[in-house]
Amino acid sequence: MARYLAQRIGQALLVVWLAYTFVFLAVQLLPSDPVTIFLTVDSAVDQAAIDTMKSQYGYDQPLPVQYVHQLLGLFSGDFGYSLASGESVSDRISGVAGSTMVLAGSAFVSAVLIAVLLVAAATLTRSGAARRFLVNLPPLFSAVPVFWLGLVLLELLSIRWGVMSLFPDGSFLSLAVPVLVLAVVVSAPMAQVLLKSMAHVYEQPFIDVLRAKGASRSWIFFRHALKNAAGPALTITGITVGTLLAGSVITETVFARSGLGSVVLQAVTTQDVPLVQGLVLLTATVFVVVNLVVDLLYPLLDPRILKSNRQGSARALAA
Amino acid sequence: MPVTRNSQLPVLPAAAAPATPVGPDASYAAIDDVGLAHPAARRRRRVLRNPSLWVLALPLTVIAAWALVPDWFTTYSPLDGTPSENFQAPNATHLFGTDHLGRDVFARVVHGTRQTLLTAGLAVLIGLVVGSVVGLVAATAGRAADAVSMRLVDVLLAVPGFLISLVIVTAFAPGPVSLGVGVGIASVASFARVVRSEVLRVRNLDFVEASFLNGGTYWSVVLRHILPNASGPVLALLAVDLGAAILAISGLGFLGFGAPPPTPEWGLLIAEGRQYLGSAWWLTSLPGVVIVATVILLAALGRQLLKTFRI
Repeated sequence: MARYLAQRIGQALLVVWLAYTFVFLAVQLLPSDPVTIFLTVDSAVDQAAIDTMKSQYGYDQPLPVQYVHQLLGLFSGDFGYSLASGESVSDRISGVAGSTMVLAGSAFVSAVLIAVLLVAAATLTRSGAARRFLVNLPPLFSAVPVFWLGLVLLELLSIRWGVMSLFPDGSFLSLAVPVLVLAVVVSAPMAQVLLKSMAHVYEQPFIDVLRAKGASRSWIFFRHALKNAAGPALTITGITVGTLLAGSVITETVFARSGLGSVVLQAVTTQDVPLVQGLVLLTATVFVVVNLVVDLLYPLLDPRILKSNRQGSARALAA
Repeated sequence: MPVTRNSQLPVLPAAAAPATPVGPDASYAAIDDVGLAHPAARRRRRVLRNPSLWVLALPLTVIAAWALVPDWFTTYSPLDGTPSENFQAPNATHLFGTDHLGRDVFARVVHGTRQTLLTAGLAVLIGLVVGSVVGLVAATAGRAADAVSMRLVDVLLAVPGFLISLVIVTAFAPGPVSLGVGVGIASVASFARVVRSEVLRVRNLDFVEASFLNGGTYWSVVLRHILPNASGPVLALLAVDLGAAILAISGLGFLGFGAPPPTPEWGLLIAEGRQYLGSAWWLTSLPGVVIVATVILLAALGRQLLKTFRI
């Protein structure tokens, strides 16, 4: 167990470090430095102003110094400073993160519920037509653009039927509809993987034994099959964090909600490289931490993972 | 294709077979029965005989034709409208209705296909080429190379594709090329993983061993035997990934990071229609239906290809 823990944590740190190096190198490959890009978006600026700003933000230091300085900052929670407002990236984000967390969190929980219920219904139904319909839903969900689904629902609910306001007003629907839109899209990969691993579990002999002993279909599904099939689904659940974030940004734009989405949009349109860089690193860190937690939960769900040496096999199945 | 000693030896009957066998052939069938035909040739025949592949390919060909020869499908201009005919609901003359400038929405969707497919194609091409090289190196160039390239792939997987695209778009100013490059880099990881696992599988097959014993060099065996036989799942991923790239690009185009406004592009069409959501539902809904249909067809094509190639 200790070895597994050390391995996973080491890998997570390695990935964060590599992601940081990757982004740092990518920024160095730019045609010029971030300050010059930012200041020359729409007009010519004199060199003195560029130089002052460069020294303020530390872009006049030699590259290795910048690299180490920024890397050390990363581990103390310092993700750099926005060129547009001068605020630190973490301040800029923490101001609006609450609203995004509510949206993304509720969407995540709903997505898990949708996926499990869909797979349960598809497995337990006795009607072949219903099963075929349910099994084909996840591929449909994953082909729907988030922004389009949001706009269509907005058109139907607010304009055609008038049950929901066009702008967020704190009512139940103004949160529930964006959450549903995001959840539908995020649930697709979870449901697909769960269906696949469920089919695998149902081929195993212990299911026949349970059936022979007289267990009901729903007892077999919820008490035995779900736990056995949950592993790969858990792994893909960790991976969907990225989709969840991208989806949040787009959903917030469609439903005119404030949150991370507006920060991202602003950062990209003003070409605020350090802010985007900070956002990327922060997200990568969140992603790695979530997946580390998933990896650490995995042995609790399936102790066999500690005995086998086939590392990452669950992730391979999920992908 | 380099001519090597190996390819001239009559060890594998299909080494001398024509590149694209066209129909049922008695001698082929005999070879197939005893399992000696080159697997790649056998798979090519299986693709041609699969009816559901043809059913899926037909609508996709139409969409591809929209991109190549848009004028065959619509007589309206995508850029100039008749202002007096604005905001018409879908009808017989304007299938998808008209927008605020009286432009035909169907014409804009048809003409927008080129921009969308070009950007998505650029993304998929980058993913395919870079991903294949990384996967091939990982699978054939020794343990150290494998470890290094797979850690790089882990990093690419750890940063959500959406953000990778954002970094590229921010750095090189929003536009279709930077958008395609960004989405392409984000899809390198999945190609690298599929190519690696396929090459590892094929590399251990007996006939690859035999080609090496016959004096094949690294490059000749990789190019003639390993890559053709590893290509099936990669082809399937290609179709699925094209769909995913279209989704990602239309999403980023919707946010305004793609082609600038007068250009018709699927995501941008929906973004423009958003301002008239209250009065003209068809401006957002119908282009979206086209995107959904395209992505579903591509995903189904990918699934069918995978099924066909699975031995």
